Amino acid sequence: MAKAKGKVTFDEARCKGCGLCVTVCPVGIIKLDTSRINVKGYHPATVDEMDKCIGCANCATMCPDVIISVERE
Amino acid sequence: MAVVFNKTQGLTEKEFHYCPGCTHGIIHRITAEVLEELGVLGDAIGVAPVGCSVLAYDYFNCDMNEAAHGRAPAVATGIKRALPDKVVFTYQGDGDLASIGAAEVVHAAHRGEKITTIFVNNAIYGMTGGQMAPTTLVGQKATTAPYGRDESLCGQPLKVSEMLATINGAAFVERVAVDTPANIRKAKKAIKKAFECQLEGKGYAIVEVLSTCPTNWGMTPVDAISWLQENMMPYYPMGNLRNPWEVE
Repeated sequence: MAKAKGKVTFDEARCKGCGLCVTVCPVGIIKLDTSRINVKGYHPATVDEMDKCIGCANCATMCPDVIISVERE
Repeated sequence: MAVVFNKTQGLTEKEFHYCPGCTHGIIHRITAEVLEELGVLGDAIGVAPVGCSVLAYDYFNCDMNEAAHGRAPAVATGIKRALPDKVVFTYQGDGDLASIGAAEVVHAAHRGEKITTIFVNNAIYGMTGGQMAPTTLVGQKATTAPYGRDESLCGQPLKVSEMLATINGAAFVERVAVDTPANIRKAKKAIKKAFECQLEGKGYAIVEVLSTCPTNWGMTPVDAISWLQENMMPYYPMGNLRNPWEVE
């Protein structure tokens, strides 16, 4: 069975870098990008290996600032 | 690709002012999603409290009102009685509802007002700087209890849901938490039932949501979630305490 493919989009300017999305990702691909600082002064959450995303929307469910949108194939 | 998660129409575009990792944002979102899913956004009137969520009227995309500290159920009573066709809810924290507003919520439930209350319990006064609330756990440190809450001096934390569940006018009482995605989905279901309780005219409905306050607890948002699971959940057990449909 083919694995579900997903895609998450972060509204980075509104991210407060709380890291709750990082803890609930079942495939562990979300991280706080410590090389960048957003307009609010936080390290924004980001995904490098988007091809591993399964589109479960756990991150968006947990995000307190509603900055994540999720698509799934 | 199909969009499976997008920001609800029930929230405005305004950015939340809450601290990083504060679960108020999650509770705002699930409440707004429920209003949208029930198709009552245009008929909803919310009452914001005093506390961290005092600016909730900026975030919910429906008519909102602001009440004096703790008096949201009294204001909501007036709105619902004047406009019985509207869907009226209050959004209150534990400093607002369990302390200065304890009388208002008890009597709103006692009268069986057909309103819905979202009660956010984070065991501390958030906005004013982390003072001890009626819901602060024994031993938990607060700015007004630097050695932790002393049971012999301040008593045990108030279990609001259990108290309100003894009142016949309270038709729907449930305690939920927003610590994991699974529990957030359960919390949303409970909030939906609480609004359906009002829509069906069954009586007063309240959902107590166990929440975190990373800033005033002095923890990272992730540690605060663990603290909630290890300390708050054993004292404040989750589950339904009153349900108007249970006879079925």
